[in-house]
Amino acid sequence: MPLPIFWLFTVIMLFGAAAVVLLRNPVASAMSMVASFVGLAGLFVGMNAYFAGIIQILVYAGAIMVLFIFIIMLLDLNTDKKRTPKMAPILGGLGIVIAFTIQLIGVISTTPDKAMPALDLPASAASFTPGTQIAKNLSANSLPDVHLIGQSLFTEYNLPLQILGVLLLVATIGVVTLSKKQSN
Amino acid sequence: MDIALIVTIIIKIITLTFVVVLPLVPIAVYFERRFSAIIQDRVGPNRVGIPLTLFGFKKDWSFFGLIQPMADGVKLFLKEDFTPAHVRKAFYWMAPALTVAPALITLCVIPFGSDIKLPGMDPIRLVIADINVGPLFIFAIASLSVYGITLAGWSSNSKFPFIGGVRSTAQMISYEIALGLSIIPVLMYFGELNLTKIVQYQADHGWLLLPLWGHGEGALSLTSKLLFWIPAFISFVIFTISIFAETNRMPFDLPECETELVGGYHTEYSSMKFAMFFMGEYAAMVVGSALIITLFLGGWSAGFGLDAGIAKLSLGSFQIGGLIHLAIFLTKVIGFILFFILVRWTVPRFRYDQLMRLGWVIFFEAALINVFLAALVIASGSHKFTPAILSIGAVLLIVTTAAIVYVAKVSEPKTKVAGQ
Repeated sequence: MPLPIFWLFTVIMLFGAAAVVLLRNPVASAMSMVASFVGLAGLFVGMNAYFAGIIQILVYAGAIMVLFIFIIMLLDLNTDKKRTPKMAPILGGLGIVIAFTIQLIGVISTTPDKAMPALDLPASAASFTPGTQIAKNLSANSLPDVHLIGQSLFTEYNLPLQILGVLLLVATIGVVTLSKKQSN
Repeated sequence: MDIALIVTIIIKIITLTFVVVLPLVPIAVYFERRFSAIIQDRVGPNRVGIPLTLFGFKKDWSFFGLIQPMADGVKLFLKEDFTPAHVRKAFYWMAPALTVAPALITLCVIPFGSDIKLPGMDPIRLVIADINVGPLFIFAIASLSVYGITLAGWSSNSKFPFIGGVRSTAQMISYEIALGLSIIPVLMYFGELNLTKIVQYQADHGWLLLPLWGHGEGALSLTSKLLFWIPAFISFVIFTISIFAETNRMPFDLPECETELVGGYHTEYSSMKFAMFFMGEYAAMVVGSALIITLFLGGWSAGFGLDAGIAKLSLGSFQIGGLIHLAIFLTKVIGFILFFILVRWTVPRFRYDQLMRLGWVIFFEAALINVFLAALVIASGSHKFTPAILSIGAVLLIVTTAAIVYVAKVSEPKTKVAGQ
């Protein structure tokens, strides 16, 4: 049985997502997307994934969507003129939606309907080096999710992390060069 | 969830937000006016009080004008709430709320004091939500406060507010980076993102900027703590200045600078809607000071090893140590607000390109170098690394720093000579 707060955030997320598509005003759509992200972050937090939830808000709602709104405002896009809807795109869109719904139903029907097992944090502390922050937190019965993510990023996925870092650096330098070229 | 827990949480939310922090906003406004008056050699608002002469007494009772904020509030309430015809209504109404709400939500992870024990109950922590991602939570929610200002500027549908809104968006996004990077050394030092534990550690082992007590017994030695003081201080400077920029306070208040933009993003607002922007700014200032104090200046701790004693103080079976810590915390916050005000009335406003340059070219790089410096200091404190590795790290750090400084110097825009 999910908490009542789960339903609250689900409603926020779904209504936000629907409003992104349905509203005509671009700024209103962008703001509904922010609401949807906040609802999604609430769901993450409800699943004990504090870090993922916070990053969801910090990166998507707080940075990327701000840039979206910034650009929409600067370009001063007008509200969409009433367009005559064409058949082909609508049919295509409906087809994709139906395909995904069937897939979702397939996945849900094969998933066993089991309650999440209760986490036994103090017991799992034994699998980490004693004296580290992770072990200390686990034995105090609090989930150190930031530490755990850091641990797996820097041990198991160290090489992909470094490669991603280089990729981002290259992208940054590329953006700087491109924008410098245009300004001359 | 049992009912007692929910009731405690609701009581905590109401008390800490509406009884402890919100009154700090008018107090901050009062201090702003009186302190600026002192700085400019004026008197300031010192008259508003209880008008005893109306009742036939000889003198009014003014008490330094402490009732002035209430008079201000009543004035703002009674003004006409005018909505111009050319605004985009829904967003125009939403924007003030979106400015105030994030500032107040961030309060819920700040530890206000140590535990309070009532007879027959579990100890009550003076923090609303004791989560393990404290500072990140504050950054995340505070990054949402940019929407209030941006939407205010856009929905007003007129030139000056729009420029104010655009300026503030760019400014807040830029300084968020410096803000986030600058506290990484601090988090590395504590190894912990839970603000309650960070404050407890500082109470036991010395504040980050005053590490003078409680060394030994598993903690770092005095030398490595004093060595860490250097990156900690750099962090402190970058963080404090970025908080100034994030709250749109004086040296960086370009979104609302009167000389260029009339009133900036709140030009078209009147009455209580304007007051909410005002409240949002001051609430953000209160939260900013609280965060700086929590991370760098020991939060609620009195320091010098007194905290364990204070926490044990009790009145009968009622442990009041937490309340004393709360008082210490509020004193520190008010002290820091006075610092905010002092800066506002001392430093002149930046030019916009200078502001962006400071954020992107100086603070961003300085914070990045500072992370490596802090890592080096922490590594030198532990015994896992040989001196050879440490010296290689130091050389690399110096080389990187020199390279970054060189690039920053080269990329500096050349000042044009007049007449060319």
